[in-house]
Amino acid sequence: MTDRRDVLVAMSGGVDSSVAAALLLEAGYAVTGVTLRLWGGATESGCCSVSDVEDARRVAAQLGVPHYVFNLTDEFERAVVAPYVDAYAAGRTPNPCVECNRTIKFGALAERADALGFDAIATGHHARVVERRDGTFALARGADRAKDQSYVLYMLGQAELARTLLPVGELTKADVRAHASRLGLRTAGKDESMDVCFVRREDRRTFVRERADTRGGTVVDTAGRPVATHDGIEGFTIGQRRGLGVAAGEPRYVVGVDAEAAQVVIGSADELLTDRVALRDLTWTDSRPAGSARVQAQTRAHGPVVDGRLEERVLHLDARARRVAPGQVVALYEGDVLLGGGIAA
Amino acid sequence: MSGVYLDHAASTPMLAEAVAAMTPFLTQHHANSSGAHGAARVAKTALEEAREGVARALGAAVGEVVFTGSGTEADNLAVEGAARAARDAGRGRGVVTCRFEHKAVLAPVDRLEHEGFAVRRVGATRAGTVDLDALADALDPDTSVVSVMLVNNEVGTVQPLAEVAALVRDRAPRAVLHTDAVQAVPWLDVATATRVASLVSISAHKFGGPKGTGALVARDDVALQPIIEGGGQERGRRAGTVDVAGAVATARALELTTARRDVEVARVAGLRDRLLDGLRAAIDDVFETGDPTRKVAGSAHVAFRGVDAELLVVALDRAGVYVSAGSSCSSGASQSSHVLEAMGMTPEERRGAIRCSLGHASTDADVDRALDVIPGVVTSLRQRVAAVAP
Repeated sequence: MTDRRDVLVAMSGGVDSSVAAALLLEAGYAVTGVTLRLWGGATESGCCSVSDVEDARRVAAQLGVPHYVFNLTDEFERAVVAPYVDAYAAGRTPNPCVECNRTIKFGALAERADALGFDAIATGHHARVVERRDGTFALARGADRAKDQSYVLYMLGQAELARTLLPVGELTKADVRAHASRLGLRTAGKDESMDVCFVRREDRRTFVRERADTRGGTVVDTAGRPVATHDGIEGFTIGQRRGLGVAAGEPRYVVGVDAEAAQVVIGSADELLTDRVALRDLTWTDSRPAGSARVQAQTRAHGPVVDGRLEERVLHLDARARRVAPGQVVALYEGDVLLGGGIAA
Repeated sequence: MSGVYLDHAASTPMLAEAVAAMTPFLTQHHANSSGAHGAARVAKTALEEAREGVARALGAAVGEVVFTGSGTEADNLAVEGAARAARDAGRGRGVVTCRFEHKAVLAPVDRLEHEGFAVRRVGATRAGTVDLDALADALDPDTSVVSVMLVNNEVGTVQPLAEVAALVRDRAPRAVLHTDAVQAVPWLDVATATRVASLVSISAHKFGGPKGTGALVARDDVALQPIIEGGGQERGRRAGTVDVAGAVATARALELTTARRDVEVARVAGLRDRLLDGLRAAIDDVFETGDPTRKVAGSAHVAFRGVDAELLVVALDRAGVYVSAGSSCSSGASQSSHVLEAMGMTPEERRGAIRCSLGHASTDADVDRALDVIPGVVTSLRQRVAAVAP
């Protein structure tokens, strides 16, 4: 890259995006940092809190690059939080981090970057954008397989990939921290964020109940026999084993949620398995593979990969695997290269 | 890199004379003005001379000037202090304000509401002035505090304070009138304009003084409950060691601002008008918010249709022109303007509104550069937004 490209780096205040900004600057880009304000009041802790914004701002100042804060709280509420609540209330298991990437970072932020005339945007995701010889782009798993985040970027298409830079995808997490230490970045030792940024795992049910009408119902077995009652389907997700209100014995799992009937269906470990996953809203980084395609599917962030065959909108698994909760993302790969993905129907 | 600074309403550079005046009190005369020795007497003398200067400029008696740590603190002390004192004296529990006040007034009013005060917040007109009819309706004999600013910090409009005071005398005779005059000092004869008010807040850094110093004028007949308690400084109205250097610099900046006011108002209004005329000539679909005839000389608050103000502020910053939009929260993100909302502007009208505020440091060259930059930035922003719009 000989021309000095203008890149807008989404800086969360964490170590990965701090190092992303620093590496792009070293590589000769004209770097501008931006932190998104997505949630919470002026002093609230958690994601995009004032202290995270301050960390990002201080790193930008240390690098000598401009830094801005964009207030995207309305967009975040509309495109991430409200659908998250709706999904749980409808018995689905949403993936808000994916929706945030789709609608906020590679949606509203990318639009703003375009409007301001930036050539590219960059984030601290662990995934690699690879330019092919024919000028098209592929998204590949990050060099640090354990930290790979290509799953949450499954929705990126050619238009997005052509102007997206993911510099830390080439590095292991240890490399990232080493760079941060080398550069003396204040975020070098920061812990990683694990939970959904706007609600802690243990508070999820309360959060959903405050925002949606939910009602209690029955827990039934796979033959439809009531075995217990529950106080709201939003507390259940496919594969869940705890909190089912049934007596001990053979382990039971949630194998289905019927929002209409307010029913939670439980079954044995065997009944949790399936060999087909129906998908909706399929997207492809490039064009859709023709006909019936061999794929490797990943159904959870950092989850295992299963082999299968995609026909139309149904993924047929070679070996039976745990059911995928409706609403979850299924990312499809060919080796380390992401093909695209969809949402479990 | 130095840009074109069009954000004097946020803060002004300090006057060199104010810096010079305060420096000896940072370096040599460091004593606590409450002490009983010679070094303390030097500080105490300077503090009281500063108080006299501030009182003179604001048309107050010397004992009526309370130094505070900011304009915000002065507002908090006025609103909470007067409301609680009135409540404790059995003189009413009603608090009336306008929805487009600064948050330094709105937040303490919210707190008072939580404490059980009867709060009424009235709206504003599209001209950018408090809705006097609504205000008349909101006042009653139980009202103990009325707070209406002298100049709005966002749109720059001067408020009809004399009419507000007349309504208060008429309908809420026991109430004290507070006015946040923080944005008024460089532009208005504050002593005259605030004669009708019992409580008046100012902030030094808005007129060439230092940040971290404000003052509240509290007339002698107004009971005030302190919000900061301790050593009983400032006649028991504001505890804490007084910032002598800040007070000295405030007095000097206020003295100079008052002396130069007529000349500066004419000069800055000329710059402002040239900026506005130039923008209107170069850009389609730009309009000024509020009533232009009511605006202070430094204020140019304009809205560009089809542009997002948050983006415009960033784009202008990248081009070296410093303006602001809405009000800023502590993280630096902009928030939609409660002022424009109170004035009844639609979301579409509010979306592209930015504040260019000129002041004592503004020059002809600033306006030239702003006019070189702003039209191009607005145009390219509009084009790019149109290109990516779905």
